Amino acid sequence: MARRTPKTHTPGPDDAPMLLDVEGLGRLIALLAEEGYVVLGPRVRDGAVVYDEVRRVADLPVGWTEEQAPGRYRLVRRDDEAVFGFTLGPHAWKRSLFPPRRRLWRAERSEGDGAFTIAEEPVEAPKQAFLGVRACELAAIAVQDRVFMGGAYVDPVYAARRANTFIVAVNCTQAAATCFCASMDTGPQARSGFDLALTELLDDDRHVFLLEAGTETGRSFAARLSAAPAVPEDVAAARAVVARTAEALTRTLDTDGIRDLLFGNLDHPRWDEVASRCLACTNCTLVCPTCFCSTVEDTTDLTGAVAERWQTWDSCFTMDFSYIHGGSVRKTHRARYRQWLTHKLASWIDQFGTSGCVGCGRCITWCPVGIDLTEEVRAIRESADIPPHTTSANQAQAGR
Amino acid sequence: MKIHTIPEILGEVPFFRDLKPEYREFLAGCARNVHFKAGEFLLLAGKKATHFYLIREGHVALEMEAGNKVFSIQTIGEGQILGWSWLVPPYTWHYDARAVEPVSAISFDAKCVREKCEKDPVFGYELLKRFSRLIAERLMATRIQMADLYQ
Amino acid sequence: MQPPTPLQTAAHPMTPVSGRVLRRRWETDDTFTLDIEVAGGRPFPFAPGQFNMLYLFGVGEVPISISGDPDDPSKLTHTTREVGVVTRAMRRLRPGDTLGVRGPFGSAWPVSEAEGRDVVVIAGGIGLAPLRPVVYHLMRHRLRYNRIVILYGARSPEDILYAKELGQWSARLDVEVLVTVDRAARRWRGNVGVITRLIPRAPFDPENVVAMVCGPEIMMSFTVLELHRRGVASERIHVSMERNMKCAIGLCGHCQYGPHFICKDGPVFRFDAVEDLFRVREF
Repeated sequence: MARRTPKTHTPGPDDAPMLLDVEGLGRLIALLAEEGYVVLGPRVRDGAVVYDEVRRVADLPVGWTEEQAPGRYRLVRRDDEAVFGFTLGPHAWKRSLFPPRRRLWRAERSEGDGAFTIAEEPVEAPKQAFLGVRACELAAIAVQDRVFMGGAYVDPVYAARRANTFIVAVNCTQAAATCFCASMDTGPQARSGFDLALTELLDDDRHVFLLEAGTETGRSFAARLSAAPAVPEDVAAARAVVARTAEALTRTLDTDGIRDLLFGNLDHPRWDEVASRCLACTNCTLVCPTCFCSTVEDTTDLTGAVAERWQTWDSCFTMDFSYIHGGSVRKTHRARYRQWLTHKLASWIDQFGTSGCVGCGRCITWCPVGIDLTEEVRAIRESADIPPHTTSANQAQAGR
Repeated sequence: MKIHTIPEILGEVPFFRDLKPEYREFLAGCARNVHFKAGEFLLLAGKKATHFYLIREGHVALEMEAGNKVFSIQTIGEGQILGWSWLVPPYTWHYDARAVEPVSAISFDAKCVREKCEKDPVFGYELLKRFSRLIAERLMATRIQMADLYQ
Repeated sequence: MQPPTPLQTAAHPMTPVSGRVLRRRWETDDTFTLDIEVAGGRPFPFAPGQFNMLYLFGVGEVPISISGDPDDPSKLTHTTREVGVVTRAMRRLRPGDTLGVRGPFGSAWPVSEAEGRDVVVIAGGIGLAPLRPVVYHLMRHRLRYNRIVILYGARSPEDILYAKELGQWSARLDVEVLVTVDRAARRWRGNVGVITRLIPRAPFDPENVVAMVCGPEIMMSFTVLELHRRGVASERIHVSMERNMKCAIGLCGHCQYGPHFICKDGPVFRFDAVEDLFRVREF
């Protein structure tokens, strides 16, 4: 894909940006809590930045940043007090919209005729505010919106939680070595999908946040923060910081004709090569902010009178995932990695009209052996049997 | 009811249909009509392959004995050719072929046909093309059967 | 024609409705048929080719194609083979027992599109079960179709599904039924050989036929090769695909097949929609 210049957010007349200082950020957290939102945001825990409940600015990873590389993540101290001076940890917001495990229903069998009645689990959708959603994560939420709410069937829990979620985006002021949002046209500037957006401005003179509203709800919250109006220079400074972040991105993924490239090379030797490294550990699918596969477990209690159905996250890297009578369809790591990558980057486009990858790089960082999907695509592209645009999977099969 | 002559019959069967009429005439010269009762054997494994058949009516089962049981491994019916081992040295049959029901067939004398093939390579090639297609089809069918298709 | 959508009784599409077993009968050594009445005797309309998710209390849920008569929505009929935990438990169901039903799901065989044409139904093994509703439909509306040919292959004579009905169909003068088995003992008087051998001489016009093929992928794969050789274009061939299914509503991701979700885009596909992926191993 030709790298498109990110569209800049053009403020409307009622959309006057404001400046919030660190105390103002604290007021925002307090205000959200006052309005009944559970505020979820980044926190340092177990050596990583994770998303959890935050009550005050001090709960945020103030003064922390991280080093990321394929298969590597390490928190390090900053030499300043930046609040959002890091990028992404292993958590994606999907866990708060699409819970990793939940009960769907509970059935009770009557003593007499063995018939059973089913009680559906009530839909739980607490009001929640996401604080610190990055541009790539906004894109990931938009992708999951299409998956869970865009088709004939809507996931009622996702839809209810989504409706009750307030989003405060944060523009990235630095890039991790694993980031490639610009290639996927999702960042680093947050363009849509947020109620409020913050850009942290930190220099010798000041430590403030440019506050911009993306929705009516966001505007009404902003109005209650008694923040100072921003001047055009502040907006320019915020844009400049994000532009520097874009320039600092080192990783790229060429998405030009990627669907045909991958489907035209389903028997490329690179799949064998990557399979020799892949452990099929499922990490990439668990940290991925768009992976949506789930399974169900049917259980009974010890008396056998009560049965339940639970839905849990699943991964296409497990052997069970493709099991049909007689065995799994995808027995080898080669087939499973190929399934994941071709789905993420190619068939997702057919299914949902968008790529399944937002360029967050989590799968690269959290792969225990450091497999890098951008590298895998590059390897296939550079030695493709068939270049994109001229292919059908059949041709690739013709030599068999 | 019209009685068909052997050349007429050969002209209707896909296997021989597009052969030159003179070649069909020649083949007819090596052929005769035969009839089998249900249960009679048309071929016996290990015996000399002295002829081959065009099945006109009824069907024939290729059989194999395995573990003291007799299995039918393929059936050959109307319009199909039975037997190709007459073309390949040492010219002996590999399976038994038994009439499942009353069978009418045309039997071709293998020696007569082979000698003509040697003398007239154009005729020989035409016949070989047809038989190699037949052998390939049977081989393919056997391979598919090995895949246990309906598992 | 849009195939029927699931009975909506619950807020969540993952919640089954209850059904009661009316009858269970054995078809072969390991294959049985269940007739089920949906709670309250509610009619259960479906299109040939669609499937249900059948739930056994506490044991689990499996996708099974509907194999009954689409013109009789008063009961649901499913034929299945014991191949896993759920189906093994299902064989113990007795009349009066309760199970859960979600459905019907998925796409349908093109019975309307085939009107005025020859129809060839090609089934292998238990693949006859999802096609039986098609045969019922064709028989009931016989005049809408030109020639009707049913080709069926099974491993052995003992594995033939719906043997009695196959006999009844083949007794009709307006339907051609050809059955073949892979191997047989001597008492079998029918065809022996793979199903593909029935195709070259089956009485249909390759230019004007609709082929509906169901069986294991390997069987469908060789069948399609033979249909192509006969001159039947991919656009006139339809196949029914199988992959793992958990939700049946396109949300759980298990049944993906390239761009398709078998549960909602399939299980019945026009062959040209899946042709490119069909022989890719482990896909």
